[in-house]
Amino acid sequence: MAETKEKSLSDEKPKPRVRPIVRLGIFLISHSFHFSVVCCTAGVLALFLLPVLAKNTYISENALMPGSASPMLSNQHVSDGNRLVKDLTNPNSKSSETGIESHKIIAQYMLDLGAEVSFHKFHPQMNQFHPLHFFSSPDSGKIQENYSCSSYGINTVGIIRAPHGDGKEAIVLVTPYNALKSGFGEALSLGIAYSVFSLLTQVTWLAKDIIWLVADSQYGEYAAVAAWLREYQTPKFSSLSTPNAEMCPDVNNLFELKGHSISGSKFSNSFRRAGTMASALVLKVRDQNEQFEDTISIYAEASNGQMPNLDLINVVNYLAVHRQGLRVNVEKLWSLLNSSWLKSLGEIFESLAKVAKSLYPKWKFGIPATEYVEGTATLASSLYYQALGVPTGPHGAFRDYQVDAITLEISPKFSLDKVWRNDILLRGGRLIEGVIRSVNNLLEKFHQSFFLYLLTSPSKFVSVGVYMIAFALLIAPLPMVAASLYVDANSSSNCSKGDSSTPSAITDTDEHSIAIRSWRWLNSAKLVFIVHLWGAIVSLLPYFISQIPDCSPTTSFMIWVLLSILSLLTLNSVLASPLACAKATQEKEWALVKSVTISSVFIGLGLMSVINFATAEIGALLMVPMCLLAQPLKLDVRAGTLRSFCRMICNLVLGHIAFPPAAFFLLKGMLDGFGNANVGDFWMWVESLWAWNSATYLFIGMVQLPCWVLCISILFHTC
Amino acid sequence: MVLLQRPHILLLLIGTHQFLQCWIAFGSVNEEGQKQEEFSEELLLKPLPDHKLLAHFHFQSSGPPSTSNGCHHHLFPKAISQLVQKFRIKEMELSFTKGRWNYESWGGFDPLSSSNAKPPGVELWAVFDVPQHHIDASWKNLTHTLSGLFCASINFLESTATYSTPEWSFPPASGNVRYGTLPCEAVCTENLTPWLKLLPCRDKAGIALLLDRPSLYRGFYHSQQLHLTSTGSSSEGIDSGIILEQTLTVVLQPNSEMAIEVHASEKHIQPSWSLSSIFGKQVSGRCVLAKPSSVYLLLDRGLSAANGLTSENFWSNPSFELSANPDRIFLEESSSHSKSLSILYMFQVEKYCESEPFDIGLMWKVPVAWLCQQTPLHASRFLMGSGNERAAIAISLKSTQFTEGFMSANSKDGSCELRVDVFQVVPWYVKVYFHSLRVFVDQQPRAVSDIIEKIHVSPSKDKMSPGVMEVVLKLPCRVNTAALTIEFDKGFLRIDEYLPDANQGFDIPSAIISFPNFHASMVFLEDDSLNKSPLLSKFQEKCPVMSYTEVLLVPLTTPDFSMPYNVITITCTVFALYFGSLLNVLQRRVAEEERFLKAKAAKKTGRLPLLLSKLSAKLRGRRLEPLHSPPSSSSFINSKLVLKVILVAGLAVGWQYFFS
Repeated sequence: MAETKEKSLSDEKPKPRVRPIVRLGIFLISHSFHFSVVCCTAGVLALFLLPVLAKNTYISENALMPGSASPMLSNQHVSDGNRLVKDLTNPNSKSSETGIESHKIIAQYMLDLGAEVSFHKFHPQMNQFHPLHFFSSPDSGKIQENYSCSSYGINTVGIIRAPHGDGKEAIVLVTPYNALKSGFGEALSLGIAYSVFSLLTQVTWLAKDIIWLVADSQYGEYAAVAAWLREYQTPKFSSLSTPNAEMCPDVNNLFELKGHSISGSKFSNSFRRAGTMASALVLKVRDQNEQFEDTISIYAEASNGQMPNLDLINVVNYLAVHRQGLRVNVEKLWSLLNSSWLKSLGEIFESLAKVAKSLYPKWKFGIPATEYVEGTATLASSLYYQALGVPTGPHGAFRDYQVDAITLEISPKFSLDKVWRNDILLRGGRLIEGVIRSVNNLLEKFHQSFFLYLLTSPSKFVSVGVYMIAFALLIAPLPMVAASLYVDANSSSNCSKGDSSTPSAITDTDEHSIAIRSWRWLNSAKLVFIVHLWGAIVSLLPYFISQIPDCSPTTSFMIWVLLSILSLLTLNSVLASPLACAKATQEKEWALVKSVTISSVFIGLGLMSVINFATAEIGALLMVPMCLLAQPLKLDVRAGTLRSFCRMICNLVLGHIAFPPAAFFLLKGMLDGFGNANVGDFWMWVESLWAWNSATYLFIGMVQLPCWVLCISILFHTC
Repeated sequence: MVLLQRPHILLLLIGTHQFLQCWIAFGSVNEEGQKQEEFSEELLLKPLPDHKLLAHFHFQSSGPPSTSNGCHHHLFPKAISQLVQKFRIKEMELSFTKGRWNYESWGGFDPLSSSNAKPPGVELWAVFDVPQHHIDASWKNLTHTLSGLFCASINFLESTATYSTPEWSFPPASGNVRYGTLPCEAVCTENLTPWLKLLPCRDKAGIALLLDRPSLYRGFYHSQQLHLTSTGSSSEGIDSGIILEQTLTVVLQPNSEMAIEVHASEKHIQPSWSLSSIFGKQVSGRCVLAKPSSVYLLLDRGLSAANGLTSENFWSNPSFELSANPDRIFLEESSSHSKSLSILYMFQVEKYCESEPFDIGLMWKVPVAWLCQQTPLHASRFLMGSGNERAAIAISLKSTQFTEGFMSANSKDGSCELRVDVFQVVPWYVKVYFHSLRVFVDQQPRAVSDIIEKIHVSPSKDKMSPGVMEVVLKLPCRVNTAALTIEFDKGFLRIDEYLPDANQGFDIPSAIISFPNFHASMVFLEDDSLNKSPLLSKFQEKCPVMSYTEVLLVPLTTPDFSMPYNVITITCTVFALYFGSLLNVLQRRVAEEERFLKAKAAKKTGRLPLLLSKLSAKLRGRRLEPLHSPPSSSSFINSKLVLKVILVAGLAVGWQYFFS
């Protein structure tokens, strides 16, 4: 046939056509340097562009209807609230040293409204390091041996049953209150909550039950709320022989008072429940305030950077700004507000936007420079608190049970006259009423709006689709560079070998050598694996160190460092010192190590971005340049060009910055000043991270630290 | 004026007509020597401890077994009798409830609460008198019929995944019972109107006149029930007597404007009320067809004890004042376990007419506080755990101090046991692990076999039937707290199995906790006139104490409901990619390509390859590609074209900028 004829005709090798996608890949790998420079710059630039790209918030769930009903909270309820504030701040009520009197007062007030009241006693639980408890759902808590009658807290819980409701859902209102040393602010927050509560006992529109939790904050606000939630969601039915709070005389005293109450059936000392929690509001009033306006601060970050649904923040923001005339704040990094470089960056963006607008009037993306600076400061704090993974208030306890919650902190302009107090009670109460009414309208749980977002102002947000771009651009070069390094290392050794051997020898040794060469990366993978294993050991060490009694943070930290170094050396020697043997076998070994390191960093960052985006973003900012730039210092010294000198400087600087403790002290110094930096601070910080089950701790221990060690080992590689 | 008089005449006409009819009915029935059809209307009012008032309307129609009338009735609603005949219903109960019965303050131990406290939504159970294999078909038809009759979505109970077959724990114990609930059914006037249509006078006369919709639905609890019992010989079928009980229980707040006033002294005094103040209407005479038409005022044991009422002084009591004089006063028959007695004041509506309407009011003079008698154990049910994967249902039972004395009185010997029946239905998407059932008594974990005397479990089948658990617990009498926990997995549903508003969560219907050892009954001192009142004779029946737990809301994982669209797009993309590349691979021949390349290189050498390639192109049905296209052209295009585009764009931008 014709084909056979063709075949016989052809004897020269035709150039095979490569598929476009493969060609693109090869192109990117071969130009990985330019590609990585472009991508990293674009990634950082995109991060700085986020405040410009932020969208205005809007209420996504139609059922919320905030502000559509006129507030029903009247002066009658405000005077009720005022009565409670007066009774609580009355010096007589503080006579008791345990503060039980004020709990009785609150309970009596609740009972008078016709609410169901119960006390919840709890023992504060020490935060402990459970190495395997990251990501696990909260359990019913460890039983502590040394309960004593002196250390317990009492939460007072009042429940209003919705008259027409079926009791399937509930809204929780939390006011932290420390009976022992309560400021005026705490009493005022109770007053606001009480005025709302007294209104809600009379309204007919309630569809969900209302739970008012007065959390005893003498052992911390979070601990009290978490203890109550634990009892609510995962109660223990069996009690062991540990002495119960019931046996303590004080508590019995507490219940005796209620015996003669006229509507005795409303009070019970057993734990009372309502249905599934729809959402929770934590209300606080700050004592001191320097501002000239009534402001309200919203705290939303829960553990591991989880946020409540954006709609909840929107409702609060809308009602506070448009109905009650309060100024709404979210956390900012104040130190960024005065930075001149940010201001000039903002001006550049502003002028660029002007140019763009003059070109085409529909391009309106510019924001004023001052707004940009504020947006960046808010964004930075939003990123910081999410990355930290530590909740910013008692609302964090609710998020562990998938309940949307925020903390509202009202900071009124302070004066002591009665008119002002009534005003803040009225406005605060109406705000809370409006939010509760909106949530009450909700038929389904919060699901319409975003859960993954960063705030740049109370009314502006960056959604996940936008902020992922910056991160994706940052980590996009990693696989490319890893591939190009791998190809380089393979081909260079291939060339050197090919040159040395005769062409005829290629044919028989080819398969064997290719097989060996293609598996050579396993050697470096082993090294990377060992370092990561070491990272895991290092992150487990604090568990044992924290068992040592009477250890100051500084000594603990020192022990930790020593043990870490020791374990690294041990691992290194036990597992046949891979660093030394690598050098013997291959001079291009460092490139392979770098390639595998970069791949592992890519995987680590990718995983972390799913768990806690902000941590991954900040980690990527530190680690991506370090990984990409890492090259043996010897080579740079040998080269002696300006470029290699620059690279060497960069490497040295990054090598210092990216070390986790160094990064911590740098950040702390930037925020609070370097004056009071202490070595033990890092230990305390780490302690707080694991106490809150923050995934950031795992990230630092198992991704960042090994990466840093590997980069350092590449820097000091003897090739 | 004529216009004014006309309605009176009309009414008179109607009245006489009805009376005549009634009389004729009497006559005809009497001739046969059989029982006649009867209708009774009664209203029971009971003050509750938490400043509220319970109103219990009780209408009873009875259709006697009669062959003579055929399918015609004088009083009895035809729709119901047809229903009973068609589906051979032995007993049936349908309840529509809004709000929750507050067992702690409204009590749970009297016949009123144990038979009228119902779970929110719709509850339906029926006992059929048909062979086993016909029951399900009858049930399905019944649900559809009732759904049409009462304007409710009872037809959702048709699917086998929503109803269950209790074996023995459900009170009317029999194998032919079917039980189903719809916890999220909204109840409103549209359900009440068809219910009223079954009454002979509707709500135009008699006690039903009080049923003013706004004041009814403003209440804290509203439960409307329909109870059917067919009596007589069942096997013959058609001629069995039917008793239809229609009850409406509402809990209302009298004088809500008084409650707002916060005077410390007045807070504890019970609000005074009258029929006209709570319902906004008065009773102007009885429904002429009703035989007993009476209103009762019940002061339960706790209240009469608090008032210091005893059998001696209940005629002249100091603490409250009634606006009308009762026609009779009944005292409860003294029983062994409680010293105080309930007192029942009876008012006969017959005495009143339109010019002198009946309106009873109660004025409290001194503050009183009392407690209603509660169930032996207070049951509450809640969900445990968090997350979208697993959770647990916990039923906790707490002893109420109120009945402690009663229980100790009951225990003659040391080994006293309290029997508690638990009946729990779980929908199939809540996958219960029955082996994980754990029992705690007085905060100590106990072996399941020690406490549970009898258990019957029918596991759920996906999309087929719900899981049913029936447990008989034997608890020691002195028990303080007991708890039952059982773990479950939250199932994944297909997108079409989600209900509307799936993000709200899914309901687990109420569990029924009953105490078969205890019977709630109120026996009033024997009187011959008492037998005529169906309400009071119902009170005398021994019914087991029962309570319903809360409805639970389980949040399940929900998909993004725009998912079908996403799935379609992604699937289409994947298919397109797959088939595109597959076709590409199938079409491509490596050898041919090589040949093609070589031909290109050697195209000047001869015409044969060119011809061949033309041929092959024709064979493949493609146009002959121009052989000139050089592989370098793409890069060529890249550099130059991009430059040109940039140049033009730059020019345009400059132009725009310059001129604006």
